[in-house]
Amino acid sequence: MIAQHAQILVVILPLLCAPLVLLLGKSRIAVWFTVGVLSVNALLTWWLLLQVLTIGTLRYSLGNWPAPWGIEYRLDPLGALLQVMIASIAAVMAPFLRKLLAEEIGSSRQYAALVAFILLTAGLLGIVATGDAFNVFVFLEISSLSTYALIAIADKRDALLASFRYLIVGTIGATFFLIGIGLVYILTGTLNMDDLAVRLPEVSHTNTTQIALIFVTIGIAIKAAIWPLHAWLIPCYSYAPRGIVAFLAALSTKVALYALARFLFGVFPLADMPIGSVLLEILQLLAIAAMLIGSAAAIAHSNVRAVLAYSSVAQIGYITLGLALATSAGVTAAIIHMFNHAFIKGSLFMCIAILATGSGKHTLESLKGLGHRMPIVGIALLIGGFSLVGVPLTSGFISKWFLITALVQAEKWIWIVAVLLSSVMSIIYVWKIVEAVFDKSDDKQVRSYDLSVDIPIVLLAAVSLYIGINSSALVSTAEQASKWLLGMP
Amino acid sequence: MDSQLYNYWLVILLMMTGLYALIARGNLIRKIIGLNIFQVSVFMLYISAGFIREGAAPILSPNVDVYSNPLPHVLILTAIVVSVATTALGLALVIRIKAAFGSIDDDTLSYSSGDSATELSIKTQKSSQ
Repeated sequence: MIAQHAQILVVILPLLCAPLVLLLGKSRIAVWFTVGVLSVNALLTWWLLLQVLTIGTLRYSLGNWPAPWGIEYRLDPLGALLQVMIASIAAVMAPFLRKLLAEEIGSSRQYAALVAFILLTAGLLGIVATGDAFNVFVFLEISSLSTYALIAIADKRDALLASFRYLIVGTIGATFFLIGIGLVYILTGTLNMDDLAVRLPEVSHTNTTQIALIFVTIGIAIKAAIWPLHAWLIPCYSYAPRGIVAFLAALSTKVALYALARFLFGVFPLADMPIGSVLLEILQLLAIAAMLIGSAAAIAHSNVRAVLAYSSVAQIGYITLGLALATSAGVTAAIIHMFNHAFIKGSLFMCIAILATGSGKHTLESLKGLGHRMPIVGIALLIGGFSLVGVPLTSGFISKWFLITALVQAEKWIWIVAVLLSSVMSIIYVWKIVEAVFDKSDDKQVRSYDLSVDIPIVLLAAVSLYIGINSSALVSTAEQASKWLLGMP
Repeated sequence: MDSQLYNYWLVILLMMTGLYALIARGNLIRKIIGLNIFQVSVFMLYISAGFIREGAAPILSPNVDVYSNPLPHVLILTAIVVSVATTALGLALVIRIKAAFGSIDDDTLSYSSGDSATELSIKTQKSSQ
């Protein structure tokens, strides 16, 4: 019975877990209960991925109402891969958050943060799980609302302002998305994504379809922080509680990019639409701008969290570029980087969070020499930094290799120069951080270990290394996912 | 112009009013009001689309052939819930911003220390209060 309903359980389990944690309140069981539920959930997603890879796309009709009348949950290779990523990172980060939240937010409000964290996980998993366009909006808002709350929960004044400004921009984005969905619903009378893909080609030349596509794209682009709609991301990553940022930076923009890929290739008949190719070209230009401007801004900043936030803007550019190529190789590269970047940025923000715990500051100056005091965190930071640059034997190298191969195939020579230029710039800003963290002058020689934070950090860094050495499983899954997404046999 | 389409013009009018209030107003409460007007315009867009000419209320009856579409109403019920939650969260944030900054005018609010040493400056402000 569990096997039959596993697809919906992945979303339902965290949704049910959230109010239970609220009831458990401040007791110590709450945290370990959360860890338990999220771990079971992660195992379920792994099992589902294996299922999808062996028997193909899974479908589940809610309440046994057949699609397209009922709401359908559909799990394809891309969705299954992303669910594994979301659920695993959530399960690994939960014990890490326990320590950081207690420290930053105080134990009195820790359980509230935990509830919002679980709801955020449920929302992100829901966006990926559903095959219904309106359901995407609802889950997008569940995850966004919990994000606003999580950013503001530490009661620091800058975080409050960042959260409010994100709330305004994020709600505009979600409402734009809602307008786009409304327009295609008015045209076709259906909200099921597969059904939309069947019916939209008939009306692909109408103005309404073009406008719907623009609204959906802009709405999701705000959530995905595609340049120039990234302005909300910088203060949010700079001022939100440290532990929370690690989770947000790892997952929230990636899931929005997934939704973008799904709507561009799985719903709208882009090839038949007059603005289809123009939109893809605009997205490519924005991606290039994001890579160059994001990396340049990362070099200019001295607050480590701002550096990593601008680096995220640049990395989102890589993913967007891969998607906007709309070729099999390009989308494969985008999917690989979506997965790799989640682990890289997650582990980097976790390292910075731990290193900054003592001083509470995130300037390069305040991190000086801390890598010697916390060697495990320091080495994980090194691996993450190398991955970000794309040094061979790290996952970042695999991402860049596939992206550049895709660009060569598409004969976009200037774009390759831009990608390489942005990589060179990433060496500069990563070096800045590494140099400060391993500064010799301030070597206090006091080693400290804390297993509950070291193990999650080591796990995430190990994924980056493992994929750098043996990427065949990820690559074949990503290739299958991109074939499916582009509708190739 | 088909007079039946007047509610779509109203939708556009409301949408622009809402967006204008969001962009032009510095007061955070007015921004939230603008956001609400903007969202309500989209709700109206959906509900207008559910209207079918000469359609009756969607209650099964032997004398009726054409019904209005009830689905947009149900969808918007969900969207209204989302909107209420957003508004509540936004207002809660405004209360705390007022307590922390002493102002709710967006033009006077800024991040306390730009790029560096953020959290330290917050701690000093807290102790000085």
